[in-house]
Amino acid sequence: MINPTEYLPKSYHARVSTYWWLSRWAYLKFILREASSVFVAWFVVVTLLQIRALARGPADYAEFQHWLRNPLLLALNAVSLFFVIFHAVTWFNLAPKAMAIRLRGKRLPSIAIAGPNYVAWVVISAAVAWILLRG
Amino acid sequence: MANRITLEVTRYDPAHDEKPRLDAFEVPLRKEWVVLDALNYIKDHLDGSLSFRWSCRMGVCGSCGMTVNGVPKLTCATFLSDYAPGPVRVEPMRNFPVLRDLVVDTSDFLVKLSKSKPWIIRKVEKPLDEEYFQTPEQLDAYKQFSMCINCMLCYAACPVYGLDPLFSGPAAIALAQRYNLDSRDEGASDRLDILSQHDGIWGCTFVGECTQVCPKNVDPAGAIQQYKLTATMEWVKSLVLPRGASSE
Amino acid sequence: MLDISSHDIVLVGGGGAGLRAAIAISEADPKLSVAVVSKVYPMRSHTVAAEGGAAGIHLADDSLDEHAYDTISGGDWLCDQDAVEAFVKEAPVELMRLEHWGCPWSREPDGHVAVRPFGGMKKTRTWFAADKTGFHMLHTLFQTSLKYDAVTRYDEYFVTRLLVDDGRVQGVVALELTTGKVQAITAKAVILCTGGCGRVFRFTTNAAICTGDGMALAYRAGAPLKDMEFVQYHPTGLPFTGILITEAARSEGGYLLNKDGYRYLQDYNLGTPEPKPVLRSMELGPRDRLSQAFVHEQEKGRTVEGPYGAVVNLDLRHLGAKTINTKLPFVRELCLKYEHIDPITQLIPVRPVVHYMMGGVHTDLSGATPLKGLYAAGEAACVSINGANRLGSNSLPELLVFGARAGRAAAAYAAEQKSPGRHLLAQALDEEARLQEQFLQKSGGREPIADLREEMQRIMEQCGGIYRSGESLSGAGAKLQELQDRFRDIRLDDRGHLFNTELISALELSCMLEVAQTMAQCALQRTESRGAHQRTDYPARNDEKFLAHSMAFRAADGRPRVEYAPVTITRWPPAERVYGR
Repeated sequence: MINPTEYLPKSYHARVSTYWWLSRWAYLKFILREASSVFVAWFVVVTLLQIRALARGPADYAEFQHWLRNPLLLALNAVSLFFVIFHAVTWFNLAPKAMAIRLRGKRLPSIAIAGPNYVAWVVISAAVAWILLRG
Repeated sequence: MANRITLEVTRYDPAHDEKPRLDAFEVPLRKEWVVLDALNYIKDHLDGSLSFRWSCRMGVCGSCGMTVNGVPKLTCATFLSDYAPGPVRVEPMRNFPVLRDLVVDTSDFLVKLSKSKPWIIRKVEKPLDEEYFQTPEQLDAYKQFSMCINCMLCYAACPVYGLDPLFSGPAAIALAQRYNLDSRDEGASDRLDILSQHDGIWGCTFVGECTQVCPKNVDPAGAIQQYKLTATMEWVKSLVLPRGASSE
Repeated sequence: MLDISSHDIVLVGGGGAGLRAAIAISEADPKLSVAVVSKVYPMRSHTVAAEGGAAGIHLADDSLDEHAYDTISGGDWLCDQDAVEAFVKEAPVELMRLEHWGCPWSREPDGHVAVRPFGGMKKTRTWFAADKTGFHMLHTLFQTSLKYDAVTRYDEYFVTRLLVDDGRVQGVVALELTTGKVQAITAKAVILCTGGCGRVFRFTTNAAICTGDGMALAYRAGAPLKDMEFVQYHPTGLPFTGILITEAARSEGGYLLNKDGYRYLQDYNLGTPEPKPVLRSMELGPRDRLSQAFVHEQEKGRTVEGPYGAVVNLDLRHLGAKTINTKLPFVRELCLKYEHIDPITQLIPVRPVVHYMMGGVHTDLSGATPLKGLYAAGEAACVSINGANRLGSNSLPELLVFGARAGRAAAAYAAEQKSPGRHLLAQALDEEARLQEQFLQKSGGREPIADLREEMQRIMEQCGGIYRSGESLSGAGAKLQELQDRFRDIRLDDRGHLFNTELISALELSCMLEVAQTMAQCALQRTESRGAHQRTDYPARNDEKFLAHSMAFRAADGRPRVEYAPVTITRWPPAERVYGR
């Protein structure tokens, strides 16, 4: 490190603005990606509330469903759905970066790792949807 | 295409200035010129007191990293005509203290680099008449990470480094990983002890901008995430097999 | 403001030779304190730009004598053969040492280090790391040097003069770029590893930092510069930028074609064209002969007129995408970026470009100059193993072999010396005063640095080209003297202390003017043609008079005085240089 002496008055340290993440689209996308975990947590809370309502019987469950139809909550859950999907997509797309798998000397392309994740996601979602909606 | 373009260049002389300002210069716009040629034109013909670093002018020495229109770039590999009609803003690299004009203090990187122990570590050295056999596949395992020219554009792009100067940073970690993956090296656990601390690999939140700006496709973000995976595996192994767990 | 520090050995320059020397000293004697003083951070040193490879015998069918013969004949018999014999023996050892330190040499499928053919060599012996050999070597050396605690780095310090007392070099005076402070560093020995001086010419592969600083330091202190007239033109540089396209492109099989698509080298006694490269023939001939062929083609009107002058075409298309992408990826990257050309499908325009100084500070086999306590290694030095023309891939191992030798020799010498005294402080204070007076405090100078530099480069381009004549050379000498005089009236816009790169440019220019003068004078006095020094008025090689090294000493009036010293011949008496047969 440079030690400031009388011969070197000082070097200039630019302060990083609190809004650094607005200065570039890439940084904004990053912050949104990180923020999406809040919405994932929200969905967990909703699911826990749903399970609790289920355990307490039909009356409580009907109340829970009524609560969910509140316009504010509908809006919140719509936004949350978007962010949860965003969270999953960014996660699947980034996962291959952490895994340098080599087959016969050549590194596997990203799609070979992200692809199966997407497929599994679609298949499992379809299975869950079928179970829930068929009745 | 017009034949002139304006450059707005950061000026800062600590002896006189409280903080940096921008000076505007009009320079010729030639199709084969890079931004560095424009800076040299300013220095040679308009204002000799403009200070900046450069050397090889072919993208291999890593001296000329600056911020061009907000993006970290090597000015010797950035064509002026891409910014026509201009103006082009040329500022010093972000996240480093500015010493003078476009020159920043990069000594922190060298400290971080040394901490990564970027050399072959072996328990027993081979004698000089014996070769380390290394197949092309083994070379490929680390080759990409060995291409780092130490230009530090990745540090300029990394918001974590900007907010926390103690963070080891992309290049230092990528170079550690380069040696970890080198089949001749036996020092991965030494490096892990240092880099698995809070300001090492775990400081990284995978913004990924370092990889975006890297002029040599080193992919430091990839190196760090792979390193995190390895570190986690080592930790799990140490829990599950507490004795004799270390494979390195 | 002046600071003083003290080490056992000072290295000026932190490139391949400097770092290798530093490591050699630390390994020879870990108690010696070593200072590496470089005007740039070491990984910026120009070693980083070397591409093609490093030669050292490797395959079973090769021998030391053959490498020696190729080097000596390549140098047109101006090489000191004892030095060459030592060099070829130690080169493979040094390259293997680098392998042990982690250098990512390219490999055969079975894991052995691979070698490729190279210009002027009869056998295949050039080790390589894709086509960024210098880059990988430098980073390996730099990163390895970080292990040694006894090595202290002075990064971005510009050495302005050697401290000489009692006939011995005892340290340096350096300007700390960041603060403008003058630093005196006393030492028992100094090793100059400052590289070449390509920036004396307008069109060069060399980086901005290649300004002959160490050569000028030695010259001013009284050490002679040797063989300065021998300037290598690399046959394949990109037009306008001068960026190097490595010889490896030709060793992988590239052809040089004139405007008619004809492999013109066959007209110049370099062999007959074959589809695959033939060692010591055609495109794998020595660099001086290839560059000379270009000039003749140009005179015959058979070169291609490009937007930046005459060029010929380098054809790599027949090598195929796989070879180009594995063996020559950096070449492809450079062509795409700077010429917007893809060598897989298009021809690359190239022309000869100034690349290397065979000459430099005169040293013996241990890197010692005639000045006690002063050593030199690498391109800044002239041992001489390269003679009148260097073979490609000999200079990277030269850094290692002679960097190590100079390091060990300096370490042995330093162990026997007393520490330098404080009386050197007076010299350092003088130097500080000189810098203030001549540059920083002077106002009203009228000669802009860029103008003087451009005039120097233009005259050297005209007169120090591939072909020279007595008339143009004496014209050059006069012009350079005029530039030296005008330099006293240099104009500086920046007279501050902090990171004053304009002051550094002025200091570099003064080094370049001195070195250019020695080049012009030595070239004028060598009335023969040999290797890279070709005189239109004396077209033949004259072993009777000129089988000798030019030694340029700085006379009292500042001009070069040239003497001659014999070449050491051991086992290879001078003969005809034969290529292509």
